[in-house]
Amino acid sequence: MARIGVFICQCGKNIESTVDTKKVADEMAELPGVVYSCNYRFMCSAPGQEDVKKAIKKHKLDGVVVAACSPHMHEKTFRRACEAAGVNPYKCEMANIREQCSWVHHDTTKKAGTAKSIDITRMTIERLKKNKPLKKISIPVNKRALVIGGGIAGIQAALDIAEGGREVILVEREPSIGGNMARLSETFPTMDCSQCILTPKMVEAELHDNIKLYTWSEVEKVDGYIGNFTVQIRKKARYVDEELCTGCGDCLVKCPFKAPSEFEMGLATRKVIYTPFPQAVPNIPVIDAARCPKIQKGKCGICEKVCGPGAIDYEQTDQIVTEEVGAIVVATGYQVMPTARFGEYGAGKIKDVITGLHFERLASSAGPTGGEIRRPSDDKVPDSVVFIQCSGSRDEAKGVAYCSKICCMYTAKHTMLYKHKVPDGQAYVFYMDIRAGGKRYEEFTRRAIEKEGAMYLRGRVSRVYERDGKVIVQGADTLSGDQIEIEAEMVVLASAVVSRTGADQLAQKLGISYDRYKFFNEYHPKLKPVETVTGGIFLAGTCMGPMDIPDAVSMGSAVAGKVLGLFSAEEMAREPITASVNTMICNACWDCVVACPYTAIEKEEVRNKKGEIVRVNAKVNDGLCQGCGVCVAACRSKAIDLAGYTDEQVYAAISVF
Amino acid sequence: MMHKLAKDDIQSDILGQIERVSGEELNKCYQCGNCTGSCPVSFAMEIPPTKTIRMLQLGRVDDVLKANSMWLCVSCLQCYSRCPKAVSAANLFEALRQLSLRKGESHEEIKDLPFPFLKGAPQQAIVSGFRKFVS
Amino acid sequence: MKLTYYPGCTLNTVAKQFDASAKKSALELGFEMDELSEWNCCGASFPLTPDNIMGLSAPTKVLAQARKAGDTVMTLCSVCYNVLKRTNKVIRDDTDRRDVVCGFIEEDYDGSIDVLHFLEVLRDRVGFEKVKEAVKRPLEGLKAGAYYGCMLLRPFEDMGIDNCEDPTIFEDLLKALGCEPVGFPNKIECCGSHLALGKDNEEIVTKLSGNVMQSAAGSGAELIVTSCPLCQYNLDGAQEKLEASMPGYRPVPIVYFTQILGLSLGQSETELGLDTSRWDARPLLKEKGI
Ligand SMILES: Cc1cc2nc3c(=O)[nH]c(=O)nc-3n(C[C@H](O)[C@H](O)[C@H](O)COP(=O)(O)OP(=O)(O)OC[C@H]3O[C@@H](n4cnc5c(N)ncnc54)[C@H](O)[C@@H]3O)c2cc1C
Ligand code: SF4
Ligand code: SF4
Ligand code: SF4
Ligand code: SF4
Repeated sequence: MARIGVFICQCGKNIESTVDTKKVADEMAELPGVVYSCNYRFMCSAPGQEDVKKAIKKHKLDGVVVAACSPHMHEKTFRRACEAAGVNPYKCEMANIREQCSWVHHDTTKKAGTAKSIDITRMTIERLKKNKPLKKISIPVNKRALVIGGGIAGIQAALDIAEGGREVILVEREPSIGGNMARLSETFPTMDCSQCILTPKMVEAELHDNIKLYTWSEVEKVDGYIGNFTVQIRKKARYVDEELCTGCGDCLVKCPFKAPSEFEMGLATRKVIYTPFPQAVPNIPVIDAARCPKIQKGKCGICEKVCGPGAIDYEQTDQIVTEEVGAIVVATGYQVMPTARFGEYGAGKIKDVITGLHFERLASSAGPTGGEIRRPSDDKVPDSVVFIQCSGSRDEAKGVAYCSKICCMYTAKHTMLYKHKVPDGQAYVFYMDIRAGGKRYEEFTRRAIEKEGAMYLRGRVSRVYERDGKVIVQGADTLSGDQIEIEAEMVVLASAVVSRTGADQLAQKLGISYDRYKFFNEYHPKLKPVETVTGGIFLAGTCMGPMDIPDAVSMGSAVAGKVLGLFSAEEMAREPITASVNTMICNACWDCVVACPYTAIEKEEVRNKKGEIVRVNAKVNDGLCQGCGVCVAACRSKAIDLAGYTDEQVYAAISVF
Repeated sequence: MMHKLAKDDIQSDILGQIERVSGEELNKCYQCGNCTGSCPVSFAMEIPPTKTIRMLQLGRVDDVLKANSMWLCVSCLQCYSRCPKAVSAANLFEALRQLSLRKGESHEEIKDLPFPFLKGAPQQAIVSGFRKFVS
Repeated sequence: MKLTYYPGCTLNTVAKQFDASAKKSALELGFEMDELSEWNCCGASFPLTPDNIMGLSAPTKVLAQARKAGDTVMTLCSVCYNVLKRTNKVIRDDTDRRDVVCGFIEEDYDGSIDVLHFLEVLRDRVGFEKVKEAVKRPLEGLKAGAYYGCMLLRPFEDMGIDNCEDPTIFEDLLKALGCEPVGFPNKIECCGSHLALGKDNEEIVTKLSGNVMQSAAGSGAELIVTSCPLCQYNLDGAQEKLEASMPGYRPVPIVYFTQILGLSLGQSETELGLDTSRWDARPLLKEKGI
């Protein structure tokens, strides 16, 4: 016979005001198998927990029911108390008489609440009688990490993990790491040159013994689970042998064919064999195969001729490499909303309407104009520039509803850069609010206005069009209440920060979730900001939402801390709430295999001594199973049971009625 | 009304002059509205202090000079006293009055003043009034 | 103790009672107000803009004159106090403007004088405790509203006499005299000031002063003390209009704080000129048994 203790919590007045906990406790004492029952003001308090432990010892309890709040709140608390007193933690159950009872009953005579609490607690007691003691599952951890995306967030994460003594595989889709930060000129709020602070980190990542760099590569497939992922990476054909190439650059000079530069976003051209920018890491070119006449038609071959070490290899093909890792950091960054999205701002057709990222290139001394602000249409130094904040941001109707968070700051920066480079020029900024929350940020935007003479106009620009070679900006200044028209020589859109094209496909490969804007979801917006709901997969940087460099770097480092924490033990323990297949009943229909959202169920072949297959059945991988129970419902032969939530337990609970 | 805004409006001599005379930097004002909120006469001003400063920032000096506001400012300094940016609307109004008075355009004519007033008012009212209103 | 005293234009004419009551009270409190032998009007408004150097010349002349007599100069009128104190700071701190102004008025002055208000002298040199001891006729039961206006207080960094949002120096004095001081929300708001001069401003002055008076009356003040003749003039004027337009409005006497001080020190009502106020304070005092 079971020896169960029942503890009814009053939760101050939360439960007691509509439930007579004393009565519940008294009734429970009458049930077979219950040897102890009581009520108490705050079960979760230290004395409350102590009472549980004492009762376990005194009455030799082998199971505990705490009727209180939701198991989400305190299941862990009471299971730990039970374990400390020698009862298997999975022989402790919570009956939720708060969220599911007292809070929804307003009857102060306590009649309804008490009756329902009695039912809920009785059910839990019967269920508990069928509970089996369970043991935490321990799984081995492969102490190598994969970082996807080599922007500043990914680089920081990789460096910190590597410094922590663990191996890192850094996969970058482009020919070089660096991400968007490599495009920036100077950075707010301190105005240090972006390249100057970024390139040392890029080089460090390249040279670090613990970091293996795969650039011009993409993650193809991810299998496995926390601590034990198998990742297939596609190394795209570079047509240059990475071992042989010395980075001399002769091929770039001699290649006769040009194409628009992706890195410069069309503001300049590059050769068909190219590195995206001079400080690229690694400094190894790639050939743009689609545009290379040699690869397409067998004509040219100049680079092969000029290459001293003979590194050019027109026959190279994509390669798939497999890496085993224990944790994955996703740091795939952001892009900006293309100007073609803004019909009222010229839909990308007015040449002198550009995005903030373009402006960064114009202001960058390594950029296409050598750092001079020249407008794209005719290379003229613009006498006046209108900056339009919130382009696409905070626009529920046509853009994105959220605030892109960084553009107020970089627009202020742009006005300063412009003023420094064109002292006579006039910068205008149309804004809706100036959002400069951050250390030294408000002071920064005020400096742009007060010291650098930027004219800020509070209003959203309604239209941008061309008239007599000028770009006419039509908007309002709500502070004076008037409509404003400005003849500008260039317009810069603070285009919304959006997720990368293809972010959703990557999320599906990884089994992580994303929001309606395809930014990856953190596990908890406040308390688990770098974790995802999938164990072992973490987020860093702008792939989860707009943020600036300090925040992206902080997240990179935070993630590294998480990964190193995970790698600090040989094995990791996880909840034993997993499904298992009764192979005797399984009829190999594979419904469960299809149903499992975590691909945790595989097809198992059972062989006899001779190696002949005698049976096939489903098998649940403990490491992957998240205990969701979908397979249990899917299995027509009732061959699957979920530990801690077995059919037997559920029937027992229902049987009280 | 549509206003064309150009570099010359913002980087104009007249704005420079107003800043020099008043000793105020127009760009410091971030239009919080505290001055208008504090000003005991903003209710009667055609363009209240905050908006006056905004118009000046936009280079619309003529509009501001046409308004009654500068003649109504009592120089009580509540605006300056509470301005988080230490901008003095009072100084700007005084500068605007000076701009007008120095052209010889008096706002009040002594001959128009009622005799009982001149007889009964404290001297200081007459002296300060002359200073503020008469060229 | 002898203190150089600058009366200013108005205290020599329409506000004589302010001057006389202060002088007499000072003697009873142990100091002598030594009027400057030669002086001119301070200009009655501090030139707010740094560009207006001319406006500094009159007050600088006063300061230079006073400096010859000693190292402090005391005023009674809030406006004089404001103009002299602010000007003095400019002359002390801004050598460029000092050179121009002093060159123009042909004086060699460096801003080294201390500009004091009579209230400050009472608080900091005599001490309110001493004042209390000297009181012969405590003004018990008299609910006196303390009206500061603008010039005594603002701008704080130049005037510094008291907290400019929540001053108490008046109330502290009134307490020492045995009154029940009444602070009211509009005690630091403007009375309408120099708009009294304009031909079309009457309504505005009435509104501003009217707000002050209604706020004071609403807080239970039976009498208002002030330190500025212009405030008194504007408040009196507003009360006339309020009386005519607002049924039930009962005007209250507006007196200089020195008149109340003199009263408590035992001076007679006629001597103090209390009979010359627009609204006679005597019935109220009688009612209170003072
Ligand atoms: C105009 C402008 C000006 C700015 N100015 C400043 C400033 O002055 N100061 C400041 O603090 N911030 C500034 N920012 C913000 C700054 O750019 C970002 O905070 C920072 O670059 C974010 O870094 P990240 O690593 O998160 O993303 P990214 O820089 O976007 O890096 C992501 C990387 O992942 C790679 N990648 C993407 N998908 C894949 C994939 N599937 N597989 C492999 N690799 C992939 C990308 O190629 C890229 O290299 C500015 C932004 C803009 C738009
Ligand atoms: S010429 Fe050859 S070695 Fe030099 S950069 Fe090109 S591929 Fe590399
Ligand atoms: S950061 Fe500023 S410009 Fe960007 S969306 Fe937010 S409010 Fe608009
Ligand atoms: S209080 Fe100051 S900052 Fe605010 S609107 Fe007035 S002048 Fe501008
Ligand atoms: S000084 Fe003039 S603008 Fe400022 S609050 Fe007083 S009346 Fe208004």
